Amino acid sequence: MRGVPNRDRRELIAIFLGGAAGALLRVWLGETFTNAAAEGPWATFTINVSGSFALGYLATRLQDRLPLSTYRRPLLGTGFCGAYTTFSTMQVEILTMLEHHRYGLAATYAVASIAAGYLALWVATASVRRVRVIA
Amino acid sequence: MWGGVAILGGAGAIARFMLDGAIGSRAMRAGDFPLGTFAVNVSGALLLGLLSGAALTGDALVLAGAATLGSYTTFSTWMLESQRLAEDADANGALLNILLSLAVGVGAAALGHTIGAHL
Repeated sequence: MRGVPNRDRRELIAIFLGGAAGALLRVWLGETFTNAAAEGPWATFTINVSGSFALGYLATRLQDRLPLSTYRRPLLGTGFCGAYTTFSTMQVEILTMLEHHRYGLAATYAVASIAAGYLALWVATASVRRVRVIA
Repeated sequence: MWGGVAILGGAGAIARFMLDGAIGSRAMRAGDFPLGTFAVNVSGALLLGLLSGAALTGDALVLAGAATLGSYTTFSTWMLESQRLAEDADANGALLNILLSLAVGVGAAALGHTIGAHL
């Protein structure tokens, strides 16, 4: 870290702290729900959709309304939302479904995750912008 | 184990930020294809496929897989960048980002799984 400017170092610390919190919440939810439900990718699905909603809200709000907040984006966006949601787990879950010849489930899971994640992010974005217009 | 999840989760997020920055600053202008996140997600899917192919289980899988690679890769940024591309009137770019990430991601996981199974 020597030679790293102070501001950049603080940005990295913010990303680290947000990432740690996001990982803890995701792993905890995964352990809790996977053990309870025994099977199925719906813990990952719920995490990814809720995290997309949160990032849509944050990114729009920080970008459009609070440009001076330096560490919120790395802490909450890059760190927390980025780490809370996951791409790799989803891909390996899809791969496992394909290997077990559950093609319908694999397609449903992929399409549902992307459609719901995209929609959640869009709704969050639109709701932040609407508030701004009224205010 | 939870202390390890926190530290490795934080480290995964830092690695994502670094790689995204290294690739993004070279190639990316606003409205371009989000190559940084694509590279992060595909490489993370390959590595997690490798771990599953190597039949890693228990705490080791939670720490290396869910904590580290789960944090390293991201679903929300993938959606954000796709939605912002579509918003900038680049619907084709958004669709390409979604479909290519999904196809190459599953392919990378399968490749990693095969490599892991032969280790």
